[in-house]
Amino acid sequence: MKVDRRSFLAFVIGGAAGTALSPLPWKVTDDISIWSQNWPWIPIPPKGAINRTRSACTLCPGGCGISVKKVDERVIKIEGLEGHPVNDGGLCPLGNSAAQLLYGPNRIRTPLKKIDGRWQKITWQDAISEIAAQLQQLRDDGSAHTVGWIAGSDRGTVPALFNRFLSVYGSPNFWRMPSIWDSYELALYLTQGTRSMAGFDIENADFILSFGSGLVEGWGSPGYMFRAKSKMRKAGGRMDQIEPRLSKTAAKADHWISINPGTEGALAFGLAHVIIKEQLYNRNFINGYTDGLADRFQQTIDGFPPEIAAKITGISAETILTLARDFAAARHPLAICGQGQGHLPGSLQTFLAVHTLNALVGNINQPGGVWAVPEPDYIDWPELEIDAVAAEGLQQSRIDGAGTGRHPHARYLLHRLPQVINASAESPLQVLFIADANPAYSLPDSAAVAKAFEKIPMVVSFSSYMDETSALADMLLPNHMFLERYQDIAGAHGFAKPIISLVQPAVEPRYNTRHVGDVVIQLAKELGHTIGAAFPWDDYNSCLEETLGDRWDGLVEDSFWVDDSYSGTQWANAFETDSTKFEFTNNDIRTLAAFEPVKPEGDEATYPLLLVPFDSMRLASGYIGSPPFMIKALEDTVLKGNDVLVEINPATAQQLGLSENRLANLVTPRGSARVKIRLTQGIMPGVIALPRGLGHTRDDRFLAGKGVNYNQLSGPFDDPASGYNAAWGIRAKLS
Amino acid sequence: MTTEEQANAAIAKDQQSTTPSTEKTPPDKTDSAGAGGPIILFFIIGLIASLLVGWVVFPKLLYSQKNQPIDFNHALHNELVEDGCESCHFFREDGSYHGVPKLEQCIECHEEVNGEDPEEARFVNEFVAINREVPWLVYSRQPQNVFFSHAAHVKMGEIDCVVCHGHIGESESLPIYKENRISGYSIDIWGRRISGIKRNSWDRMKMDDCAECHRNEGVNQNSVQTLRGGCFVCHH
Repeated sequence: MKVDRRSFLAFVIGGAAGTALSPLPWKVTDDISIWSQNWPWIPIPPKGAINRTRSACTLCPGGCGISVKKVDERVIKIEGLEGHPVNDGGLCPLGNSAAQLLYGPNRIRTPLKKIDGRWQKITWQDAISEIAAQLQQLRDDGSAHTVGWIAGSDRGTVPALFNRFLSVYGSPNFWRMPSIWDSYELALYLTQGTRSMAGFDIENADFILSFGSGLVEGWGSPGYMFRAKSKMRKAGGRMDQIEPRLSKTAAKADHWISINPGTEGALAFGLAHVIIKEQLYNRNFINGYTDGLADRFQQTIDGFPPEIAAKITGISAETILTLARDFAAARHPLAICGQGQGHLPGSLQTFLAVHTLNALVGNINQPGGVWAVPEPDYIDWPELEIDAVAAEGLQQSRIDGAGTGRHPHARYLLHRLPQVINASAESPLQVLFIADANPAYSLPDSAAVAKAFEKIPMVVSFSSYMDETSALADMLLPNHMFLERYQDIAGAHGFAKPIISLVQPAVEPRYNTRHVGDVVIQLAKELGHTIGAAFPWDDYNSCLEETLGDRWDGLVEDSFWVDDSYSGTQWANAFETDSTKFEFTNNDIRTLAAFEPVKPEGDEATYPLLLVPFDSMRLASGYIGSPPFMIKALEDTVLKGNDVLVEINPATAQQLGLSENRLANLVTPRGSARVKIRLTQGIMPGVIALPRGLGHTRDDRFLAGKGVNYNQLSGPFDDPASGYNAAWGIRAKLS
Repeated sequence: MTTEEQANAAIAKDQQSTTPSTEKTPPDKTDSAGAGGPIILFFIIGLIASLLVGWVVFPKLLYSQKNQPIDFNHALHNELVEDGCESCHFFREDGSYHGVPKLEQCIECHEEVNGEDPEEARFVNEFVAINREVPWLVYSRQPQNVFFSHAAHVKMGEIDCVVCHGHIGESESLPIYKENRISGYSIDIWGRRISGIKRNSWDRMKMDDCAECHRNEGVNQNSVQTLRGGCFVCHH
């Protein structure tokens, strides 16, 4: 039998027929389709029991409650906590992205020490012993006051531990990161005599006059402001936004009133002038509970009749008149200030002027008004035993000059620290601890900050991430990420009721990190003597539980405690000034430098433009950088590729010969950067705007190299009245 | 071939090549008759060989065989528990289905070895003692793109476990897990018969089997949430 071509073909055809009659082709097709629908390299999240942990967010000072959704022990989603007094279920994009901060690749996984410019692993015990030895040496040398501590906040047990440590050790140099709340606190203190937090009953106001505050862009507690603003608007409330740029808040307002940047105080005084002249103020409040209005009028307000205010602000006198009358005629008018999210403290006189408006309409501690919320007082630790060395250290004046000399009222003047260090031959700080803050990114003039930090012999960062400050540090002692730890949060920025929220761990710590509170306690015990004795707790958690006392069980259950019945102290008892009244002026206010619009740095001839920063809810601009979710959600009118867009009015662009999308060089007296041009009618001619929160240089492949950090281009300006950083922008040129 | 035939063939060939015919010449009868047998034979050989490969060899090659990490006696456990299958394969408080028990449930009884079975001793020593979850191979595991709610079927539809999972609950030993080398899923999804023919409702777990039951039971063909029909009921 011969196997010829025909036989072979017959064999193949028979084979094909047989194959078709067998399950092989159909089964293989089916299996391949299943395989291709479920590529084996795509991770499939394991199934498990869904459970939630009630906690609170620490990523900004907003104090929102969160519900951490988990599958077994794996965090899958962060949601706003329903029923939480601040955010009631709402949450900002940063809070929503927190799982990426837990599982992302930029965590610091173990304590690290910089040796010859390279990070080397170190054990916790060695790190603590080494720092303790250094601190002991400084104490022995009588240089205890050369130790400093920068924290994100000064409320709650963790900052209280830092403060306690510094006090018993012997240094007055504690700093809280600067913000508008510095100025608000001081404005309340000077006029009302109380050390309190400014709270705003936004939801019950019926006319919000905002001097540049980004109500829907992260001003105060975003979780509260979003909710409260919507409630106020639904009830028919009016909202007017005063700023040179059409922000999201301005876009949502009834009126956007464009103002020459930095002149908000003049407008507030102008409005006050009209209200006083036309006697539109709340007579009951002014006559019964205030003092010094006539004086203050004569001293300051009289200098700002509508025509003058119009000239300074660029807003017409008629608009000022109408605005003042409308404001005074509203039942619950509320004036607020602080640019954007409130990162810059601003001019104290501006805050006083805006606060004056609220006082004129009697909206202090009233529904829909501004409330002086008492500072939380639950931290009641045993008295400190201050030894001779500590007493001597505490006698020394603060490095930044806060609380003395020209700035007797300022508590912290952190923006001045880099200047002071850079101006000294030897750094006045020998050891600097930094927790929950990223000053190397957030303080103005980043180059000066970096130079100063490099001059400090030992910088210890507690950051959980390799951020700009960590990069400049000498020792990294990574804190647990907030989803892995306990902590209390006292108050929420701009929230009108006393509240404590409890951060509770949702998962076990993933890496060899340690709670910063534990590190402080261990450091103190290592130093021993009075310092060790000041920290009688075994660890931070027992300190926290003991401190919260009777509230602990409720806090664990609900994750928050709120004084719901609080509705602002009655006028008769609200003021702790000498006159026990609201004081429009007094000896302290009289001695403050008079209001004058803050002039931006740089000369007009070289730098014809005014550069202002703006904030966005889609960009994290605090100590935490934007996680990948947020960068994905960023609109291309802010960031295109790796280039940030600078907003410019078409008229100004035409003068400069700049066209849409063109790359340009942005130069300020402090630095320069490559930017893309974005033409928009939503900005005043002559003013240009850059978003805050970009331009990170950290070791983060999702965030680094995108855009420009506004702080690299800007510098600080000492407010003549308070000493706080009053810079609102800087002169610039585009070419 | 005889000489005469050879001569005829030569003449015929010659005629074909020298005088091309205007009409199509029918194929040489003698030639085709001579090769017809082998062609059919080769066809049949090809047919049978491929049928053998398709029905016998291929199914054997398609699946790899894996043993479960621990052998498990469902029958024995079923006698000792009160709530039948749901004693271990329970619903959580939120209504979601827990599926294969975790160590946490096993430990309730097996914190220490309490029987004679060497498999139990191995389980306690190799898993319980070091708090390691047992990597059970799940016969009914479906692809990630399939949404299936046990609560809807067992609680609301009151379907017995056996309808889909068969009599595994009465088995004394776990069957060998056969994993499809291409798709990575168990043989029990397609069914143990390569033909796909099923005699019992639990023989297969393919999409058509879901659809068949849904049709037979008159289940709403649209998603309650989206009101859209077809794919989105089960596929997300």
